[in-house]
Amino acid sequence: MLEFFQQVINGLTLGSIYALIAIGYTMVYGIIGMINFAHGEIYMISAYIGLITVTALTVQFGVENVPLILLFTLAASILATSAYGWAIERIAYRPLRSSPRLIPLISAIGMSIFLQNYVQIGQGARDLSMQPLISGGWRFGSDAGFQIYLSYMQVLIAVVTVIFMTALTLFIARSRLGRACRACSQDLTMTNLLGIDTNRVISLTFVLGAALAAVAGVLISLHIGKINPFIGFDAGIKAFTAAVLGGIGSIPGAMLGGIILGLSESFASAYLRTEYKDVVAFSLLVLVLLFRPTGLLGKPEIEKV
Amino acid sequence: MPRHFFEAMLVALLAGLLTVPILGIQIQVEGINVSLEGDPLPVLLAMAAVFMARLLQIPLKAVSGVIRMTRRVPRPTHLPTAYRLILIVLVIVAAAIWPFTASRGAVDIATLALIYVMLGLGLNVVVGFAGLLDLGYVAFYAVGAYGYALLSMHFGLSFWECLPLCVMMAAITGCLLGFPVLRLRGDYLAIVTLGFGEIIRLLLNNLDELTGGPDGIGNIPKPSLFGLEFARRSSIEGGTTFHEFFGLEYSGADTVVFLYLVALVMTLLILYVINRLIRMPVGRAWEALREDEIACRSLGLNPTTIKLSAFGFGASTAGFAGAFFAARQGFINPESFTFIESAIVLAIVVLGGMGSQIGVILAAIALTALPEIARQFAEYRMLIFGLVLVLMMIWRPQGLLPATRPRLELPAPAETL
Amino acid sequence: MMNESNLLAAQLPAPVERSLLQVRDLSMRFGGLLAVDHVQFDVHRHQIFAVIGPNGAGKTTVFNCIGGFYRPASGTVLLDGHSIHGLPSHRIARLGLVRTFQNVRLFKNMTVVENLLISQHMQLETRFLHGLFKTSKYRRAEAQALERAAFWLEKVNLLSVANREAGNLAYGQQRRLEIARCMITQPKLLMLDEPAAGLNPQETRDLDQLINELRAEHDIAVLLIEHDMSLVMGISDEILVMEYGRPIAIGSPDQIRNDPRVIKAYLGEE
Repeated sequence: MLEFFQQVINGLTLGSIYALIAIGYTMVYGIIGMINFAHGEIYMISAYIGLITVTALTVQFGVENVPLILLFTLAASILATSAYGWAIERIAYRPLRSSPRLIPLISAIGMSIFLQNYVQIGQGARDLSMQPLISGGWRFGSDAGFQIYLSYMQVLIAVVTVIFMTALTLFIARSRLGRACRACSQDLTMTNLLGIDTNRVISLTFVLGAALAAVAGVLISLHIGKINPFIGFDAGIKAFTAAVLGGIGSIPGAMLGGIILGLSESFASAYLRTEYKDVVAFSLLVLVLLFRPTGLLGKPEIEKV
Repeated sequence: MPRHFFEAMLVALLAGLLTVPILGIQIQVEGINVSLEGDPLPVLLAMAAVFMARLLQIPLKAVSGVIRMTRRVPRPTHLPTAYRLILIVLVIVAAAIWPFTASRGAVDIATLALIYVMLGLGLNVVVGFAGLLDLGYVAFYAVGAYGYALLSMHFGLSFWECLPLCVMMAAITGCLLGFPVLRLRGDYLAIVTLGFGEIIRLLLNNLDELTGGPDGIGNIPKPSLFGLEFARRSSIEGGTTFHEFFGLEYSGADTVVFLYLVALVMTLLILYVINRLIRMPVGRAWEALREDEIACRSLGLNPTTIKLSAFGFGASTAGFAGAFFAARQGFINPESFTFIESAIVLAIVVLGGMGSQIGVILAAIALTALPEIARQFAEYRMLIFGLVLVLMMIWRPQGLLPATRPRLELPAPAETL
Repeated sequence: MMNESNLLAAQLPAPVERSLLQVRDLSMRFGGLLAVDHVQFDVHRHQIFAVIGPNGAGKTTVFNCIGGFYRPASGTVLLDGHSIHGLPSHRIARLGLVRTFQNVRLFKNMTVVENLLISQHMQLETRFLHGLFKTSKYRRAEAQALERAAFWLEKVNLLSVANREAGNLAYGQQRRLEIARCMITQPKLLMLDEPAAGLNPQETRDLDQLINELRAEHDIAVLLIEHDMSLVMGISDEILVMEYGRPIAIGSPDQIRNDPRVIKAYLGEE
C-alpha cells in the first residue's frame, strides 16, 4: 500500500512535467492543426539553458541563495526558449501555412532532427549532470518497513506546475490576447477577417508553449540532474501522447492527460519491468488514437462530405 | 539592395542571440566540477551562415524559378519506348560492370546505397503514391533483418530460403499493424506508426532471450551463389566455396562484389514490381485515394484494403531489404533500427520527390554516398538531413525530380472526333 | 411534429411492387440540431424522385445518411429489400447505390479516362500476379474497361476530351463526367446532388434529356436534389419537399405545385 503511494507521488511529478510540455502541443494543434514535432527539442534546449544558467550563477558568480538561483534560471530559460519557439515557427512553419497537412509535419520532423544535432554539435552528445540544487525531503513510515520518500524537489515541481498552469488558464480566459487565441482555435480564417493579426496569435501560441516547456526543462534538469541532446525525442512523444489522451486542442485535457500518463508510467516501472515503461507509454498512445482519437475531453470532428 | 543587406544583418544578429547559449558556451565537466567555457567562433560561423543564406534568398528564388521551368524539359519518361528500353538496359549493364573496375570500398558503399534505394522505393509507394505518412517504416526493416538472423540461427535456413519468408513476415506485420490504424487521419497515422516503430525497437531491446537484447545477433551467414559459399573455407564439411569451384585465388573482394550484385538484382526486382503496380488497378486506386477518399468510397472502393495493400507492400519491401542488410552486416542490433533510420528514408523520398522513382534512387545514392565521401563533415550529416527536410518543404515540397505519373490514355480514335 | 410525419406516412401509396429504396423514419442529429427529422419516402424502380426544399433543409444530409457517409440517429433504409442501414459507404455503393456530389468530386489530377477506370475497380482483374505478368486475362480486362469508358464518354459527349486532366474540364463537362463515372458502375439507383447547379440553360436541357435516357436505357431509378424548378417539375415522377429537416409534402409535381404548405414554405405567408 505504501509503495502504491510512493508511485502516486512519482507519477504526479512525472505527470506534471508531461502536462507542461503537452500544453505546447495542444495549443498549437488547436490553432493551426499541426503536430509540432520539434516541441520536444524545445524542452531539451531549455534544459541545457537551465543547466548553463545554474552553473553560471553558482560556479562563475558564486550565488548561494537558492530561491534567487531558481527564479533567475526559470526566467532566463523561459526567455531564451521562447525565442527559439518563435524562431522555429517563423522559419519552418509559417511559409507552409496553406500547404497540405503532411508538409508542415515533415518540416517539423526535419526541425527536430536539426535541433537535436545542433545541440549535439554545440554541447556534445554525452550526459551532463549537475549537483542537486535542492536536496533532501520527507520520509514517512516506519524505519523498519517501506518508507515513502517525498523530496523537496518533487513538491517544488508540483507547486511550480500549478502556478504556471493557473497563470495560463487565467491568461487564456481573461486577457484580450487569450480571447484572440480562443477565437483562432475556433476559426482561423474568420478571426483573421475580423481584423485580428492571426500571425501574431500563432506566434504567441508557440511562445507560450515554449515557455511552459522551458519550465518543464528547468524542473527536470534540477530533479533528475542528467541531460543529453536526445531527451527531447522521448519526452516529446510522451507529452504528445498526453495531449492526445486528454483530447488534443484542449488545455485542461493536456493537464489531465499528462497526469494519467505520468501515473501509468510510474506504475508500469514499479510493477512490470522498468524497461517496459516506455512500451506502456507508446501502447497507450496507439490505443488512444485507435479507440478514442478525440481523447477524454476533446470534441469530435465531423467529416465534411 | 541595402535594405536586404540590413535585413540580413538583423536576422544574423537574432541568430547570434539564439545560438550564444548553445554554441557559444560549453559546459565542461571534470569529475564533479562543472564549469563554463566561452567560445565565440561557432556563434560567429552560425551568424555568417544565416547572413549569407538570408542575403542569397532572393537570387536563390530566381534560380528555383528557373529549375521549376525545367519541368517542361523532356525527361526519360517522354522518350519513345524503344529509346527508353535501350537507356534502361545501358544503365543496368553499366551498374553491373562497374564493381569489377571500382575499389572495394566504393563497391561496399554502393551496396549500402542500394539498400537505401530499396527502402526508399518501398516507402515511396506508401508515402508518395498512397499518401500515407509512415514514420515507423524501420520496424519492417527490423522484422526482415531479425527474421533472417533468427531463422538462419535456429533452423539453419539459407539466405535465399529466408528471403521470401522475411518478405512474408514483414508483409504480415505490416497488415496486422496497418489494419487498425489506416482509418486514422494522416497526421495521426504518422504518429501511430512512429509509436509502433518505437515499440518494436523497445521489444527488440528487451526480449533478451529471443533477440539478444542490446547486444544483438552476430555471425549471420552471407548469401551463397547456388550453394557456393564466399569464404576462405567452407563452413560445412565437404562443401565447396566459390573460389575453389572456379579454381580462383581466394579474395575478399569477390564477396563484396557478389553482395553488390545481389543488392542490384534485388533492387531491379523491386523496381519492376513497383512499375507494374502503379499501372495496375491497385496503383490507380492508391492515387485516387490520395486525391479524394470520399469520392473513392462513393464508387465502391474500400479505402482500408487499398491503403492496406500499399502499406503491406511497403512493409514487404522493407523486410526484403532488411534480410539483405542482416546478411551483409553479419551482425545486427536494435541500434540500426531507430527512428532516425526511418527519418533518413523519409528524407530520401522527400528529397527525390514523392512518387518519383528516379528521384528516389538518385536521392538515396546522394544521401548515402555524400557523407562517406565527405568524411570530415560526418558530424554534420544529420544536421544537414534535418535542414534538407525543412528547406525542401519550404522550397520544393514536390522534390528535386517531381513525379510525372504514367498516364493511361484512350487510344487514337478519341482524338479524331 | 410526429403527427405530421405519421400523416405523411399514411398518404404514401400502398406499394404495388417492392420499392427499390425504402426510407423509413430517418433522423440525423448534429449536436443539438435535428438536421433530418423523421423523413420517409419510397423510390420505385424506373422512378425519378426529387427532393426539394430551401437551403439548409437537410436534403444533402438525407443523401449522406442513405449513402452511408453519416450514421443516422434512427430510421431504416432498405435497398431492394435489404437493409443498408449502418453499412459503410463503399459497401452501399457496391450494392448499386451511387451518387454525385454537390461540389463535384473528381480525381482532378487524373485524366478523364482514368476517372472512369477507377470506378470500374470492382469489376477489374485486380489479382496481383495477373497484373504483374500482364497475363492475357489481365490485358483483356483492361481493354474491356477502356471500351466501356469510351462508350460512356460518347454517351455524355466527352470523348474528345478523354485524355485531358479532369480538373481542366469546363464545369458542365465535369458534372457530366461525374454522372458517367457513376453509371459505369452499373448502379440500380443514381443519386444526383444538385446536378444542374452552375449549368447554363442549354446544358440544363441536355441534362434533362440525359437523365431520361439513363432511365430508359439503363434500367435505373434516379433520386435527385435540385433547385431548378423547371427541371424538377419536368422530369420528376414524385417529389418530396423538406423544410428545417422535416418532410412537409410528398406527391406528384402537380400536387406539389398546388400544395398550400409548399407555397407557404417557398413564398412565405401571403
